Amino acid sequence: MANITKTNRRDFLKLAAAATGGLFIGFYWSGCDSPKMQVLSTEEILSKATDFNSFLSITPDGDIVIYSPNPELGQNIKTSFPMVVAEELDADWSRVRVLQANLDTEKYERQLTGGSGAMPHSWERLRKAGATARHLLIAAAATRLEVDRNSLTTEKGIIYHKDSGKKLGYGDVVLDAAQLEAPDEVLFKDPKDFKIIGTPVKNVDNEDIFTGKPLFGLDFYREGMLHAMVQRPPFGMKIKSVDDASVRAIPGIQDVFVYENNVAIVGNSTWPLMKAKRRLNVSYEPDGEVESSFDHDRIFKELLDSKDARAMREDGDVDAAFKNAAKIVTSEYQCPFLSHSPMEPMNFFAHVKEDQVELIGPTQTPDAARMQTADLLGIPKENISVEITRLGGGFGRRLRADYVLEAVEISKRMNAPVKVTWSREDDMTGGAYRPAVRYRFSAALDDAGNMIGYKLRGVGMNAGNAVRQDNFPSGAVDNLLIENINYASSITTNAWRAPITNFLAYAEQSFLDEVALESQKDPVQFRLELLEKAKNSPVGSVNYDVDRMIGVIKDVAEKSNWGKDSKVKQGFSVYFSHRSYVAQVANIEMENNQPVLKKIIASTDCGIVVNPTGANHQVRGGIVDGMGHAMYGNLTFENGLPKQKNFDSYRLIRMKEVPEVEVHYLDSGFDPTGLGEPALPPTGGAIANAIFAATERRLRSQPFVEQKEFSDLNLEIKRG
Amino acid sequence: MANYNLRINEKNYEVDVEDDTPLLWVLRDHLGLVGTKYSCGIAQCGACTVHINGEATFSCTLPISSVGNDKVTTIEGLSEEGDHPVQKAWDEVDVAQCGYCQAGQIMNAASFLKKNPKPTLEEIDNAMNRNLCRCGTYHKIREAVALAAKIK
Repeated sequence: MANITKTNRRDFLKLAAAATGGLFIGFYWSGCDSPKMQVLSTEEILSKATDFNSFLSITPDGDIVIYSPNPELGQNIKTSFPMVVAEELDADWSRVRVLQANLDTEKYERQLTGGSGAMPHSWERLRKAGATARHLLIAAAATRLEVDRNSLTTEKGIIYHKDSGKKLGYGDVVLDAAQLEAPDEVLFKDPKDFKIIGTPVKNVDNEDIFTGKPLFGLDFYREGMLHAMVQRPPFGMKIKSVDDASVRAIPGIQDVFVYENNVAIVGNSTWPLMKAKRRLNVSYEPDGEVESSFDHDRIFKELLDSKDARAMREDGDVDAAFKNAAKIVTSEYQCPFLSHSPMEPMNFFAHVKEDQVELIGPTQTPDAARMQTADLLGIPKENISVEITRLGGGFGRRLRADYVLEAVEISKRMNAPVKVTWSREDDMTGGAYRPAVRYRFSAALDDAGNMIGYKLRGVGMNAGNAVRQDNFPSGAVDNLLIENINYASSITTNAWRAPITNFLAYAEQSFLDEVALESQKDPVQFRLELLEKAKNSPVGSVNYDVDRMIGVIKDVAEKSNWGKDSKVKQGFSVYFSHRSYVAQVANIEMENNQPVLKKIIASTDCGIVVNPTGANHQVRGGIVDGMGHAMYGNLTFENGLPKQKNFDSYRLIRMKEVPEVEVHYLDSGFDPTGLGEPALPPTGGAIANAIFAATERRLRSQPFVEQKEFSDLNLEIKRG
Repeated sequence: MANYNLRINEKNYEVDVEDDTPLLWVLRDHLGLVGTKYSCGIAQCGACTVHINGEATFSCTLPISSVGNDKVTTIEGLSEEGDHPVQKAWDEVDVAQCGYCQAGQIMNAASFLKKNPKPTLEEIDNAMNRNLCRCGTYHKIREAVALAAKIK
């Protein structure tokens, strides 16, 4: 059934028409309360884009422009957001043009990319945007045709009056519609009537991407713009002295200066800067802890035995459970730091003009970039504009604005427009990273193999809370203790795709496999029994939906033919994160006595799938990403500097290293939840558990290829 | 600094740059051809792939002084209308996520298919292994190369 939704008056701009233009419908997603009337031609819209918030515009010719407010970094939001608007509008998708909106906090809410949260946040707002416009267009057509509005239907941008056979295009009535008051409530479509949502709509930037148009921040050039690169100190160090004589002699170098602990090099193109960085001679001296990876290993072990842990969750009597246990299983898991390494390195353009600033580039948090710029310069944030380019990946790295502020500093100093570019080496050595973490898990089993006690202690390097205390198996174990210790390292860290859970899920799902083995239970059955308990006699509150988790587990067991073929060695894993549920099974087959990883099967419950192509991208891509970093990713430190500086030593997964990936979705009917992250966390666990099933080697640290248990496995990866 | 006369996408260009400037930065900083991407700068990722006389080449480590009279093709010149079979296949399969590496992927695939018009899947994987995609679009890349071979 279609459902009525209230349209708060504050949600909408009023509508208006002008002789030259079309309809402009703006939507105050933020609930801002000052209706404005705007009607603009597309050209005017394009030329004055910064004036507006989210909106759709319809021209008298029936062309539709939809603005997409959130930064696009490959999660496909620039395609899927407008699909939702167009769906409720009943638009002809071939007439829709999508444009990236600039930062506008007056008019948008949550204009950022992070936490897989855009779609859940905006789903209803987007639907309202389309449904309200459609309502008004129908009302205008009813008046024009002198018929009851209920006798009109719409399809692909055309309004039909069945009885008379008359029809009107949206463009035909758009000027009239613009005179009408927005309704107090509108009708949403029944999802079974969706025509655009649920179909594989292509990426709206395809043509530009495949023909090499300037789309990304690094592609931005402006007449008179200077280029800059920055030499940053190793972690825990400060500048002792700088010898820049040889640098200044390089043709194309305009200036070299020290600010804070950085050396900025400014020139008229990129290559001289790259040469200059190699020749620049900077001496550093300690300014706090100068750490190496062996320090981290030592600190992990000390803190896992420390008495000073913060209890994040405590259920029942853990000490008694472990005292009375028939069997205790304990294991430790560790992961290294990781670089985000988006293919487009950090870069940003800034032009500081007295008290006005223009910022252009790739950022996941344009508002943070603006606020921090305002703080740095001591000017009102209203004086700063931010234009969001397409992002060549982000993975959380571009949630930080450090590279934006560098452009601001240098532009101010040079009194000129400046683009700061990070080399790949800068990108890999300049921080912020996925934190290194070590976990200690313990499970207490009774005589029947039931898990009566569970303990987890996490220690992270600048990881904040390295545990997820209300995730599974919390709620399913009577006696449970989840503790956290954060170590303040000099190495900067940052959210990295599926923060914390990108490793915690692997560690936990691998450990639960160990416990299932000790319990002599099938790994899938073991989880299902725990979930039954969480459902029927829950211990405390949890943040996951037990039934949805059971749903994906059962689905993946069925789709993977779990346990039915003795020739296929399988590893199971399931994880809930960012509001979505993903279960995975990895299949290893033995060929000539050699394990061959052939396939990963995933079942996902992310509610309604808005765009199947986009969803497949996120699930497959998340699995490839999760696998690549579990297998190969490793950033190690020596005296405050990463040893890996580029892709020759920092190994990313390649074409020949991916198995077949089969993806399934559960038709749960829930509103859509995010998919940028949730498919990644379970992958490492599924692979590690399959490796154990095939070889009885338990991999407790990442990256797998550097573990001694892995060294003689000769694991092959092969697609059919 | 020295003058170089270049033949790029069947047009003549003249630039005045240092001898050791990589072709990548000449394209991007001096000629406004930004479709060719910078990512690693050490011939490890393939984002900077262009054709030199039809051969897929990493432009990030190719000094301008060694280009000579060679014919350079960039993503902007692969086809006039963006309708090279590889570009069409890339659209049809909807390969891109962030899209940053895709110009390099396409240039590598186009050069590969010219030499091997009917590749096996294994040959596709071998040929495309030199290009990194951080978003993990490898399954779609393989599918698109296979499709491009068919629609040629």
